Amino acid sequence: MSTKPRIKLPSPIKAGDVIEVKTLISHVMETGFRKGSDGNLVPRNIIHTFTASFGGKEVTKVDLSSGVSANPYIAFKFKVPGPGDLELTWVDDGGNKIVEKVPVAVS
Amino acid sequence: MTQRSKLAAVDRRDLLIGGSAVAAVAIMAAGSGRAIAQEKPADKPATFQETMDKILGGKKAEEAKINIELPEIAENGNTVPYTVTVDSPMSDADYVKTLHVLSSGNPGPNIATYHFTPMSGQAFASSRMRLAKTQDIYAIAELSNGNFLVGKRGVKVTIGGCGG
Repeated sequence: MSTKPRIKLPSPIKAGDVIEVKTLISHVMETGFRKGSDGNLVPRNIIHTFTASFGGKEVTKVDLSSGVSANPYIAFKFKVPGPGDLELTWVDDGGNKIVEKVPVAVS
Repeated sequence: MTQRSKLAAVDRRDLLIGGSAVAAVAIMAAGSGRAIAQEKPADKPATFQETMDKILGGKKAEEAKINIELPEIAENGNTVPYTVTVDSPMSDADYVKTLHVLSSGNPGPNIATYHFTPMSGQAFASSRMRLAKTQDIYAIAELSNGNFLVGKRGVKVTIGGCGG
């Protein structure tokens, strides 16, 4: 959970548009079902929650599980009410939290 | 010499324990599916059917309006791209509240649960999932009026992606 997530917005954006926001973050997404070289189960470590909010209001929240691939790619749609900041949050089992603010410019 | 006989005794005991474990497994396998479910330790993830029943809460789901995009054959089960869309106006009065993406053949049935709001604009979910084997993928949408929609799509997996 150290590298910066990649976030892609289309351009240009008009108010009222439904846009697709694509995100990619690097994370092992350890399932908790896998055995390590010592024969013991490797403890689960996944990003369990992803949240996108705009102007303090939640747009989409995703609960992820072991069934999500490593380095999770998450794309979602968002109806742009106007200019502002899109706030994206990833939280993992280790308590690490990554918050990214993306300005949404409206033309 | 005493050391050796001690070792031999341990070996015999291990053999006994091993033997009884094999017998227990055989009994479990011989029992009905219900009996196996009861023997299951509490920390095991819920089965696919249990998870689906819990989501629906006794309600019937209508098979409509859900489109699941998946490759027909997934060569690598570690990353299988998918896109699920639900046909909905996504207005304040009528929108998709929750979308569950479930796997019928993975160690854990949940893949991801999406919580939408009218601000989402479209009930759309696109990501990548792990698949252990060839199976069906289910998408269950809970609408703001409390009704459920369900969609299903099969996928063939060449190499499973759960670490083994």
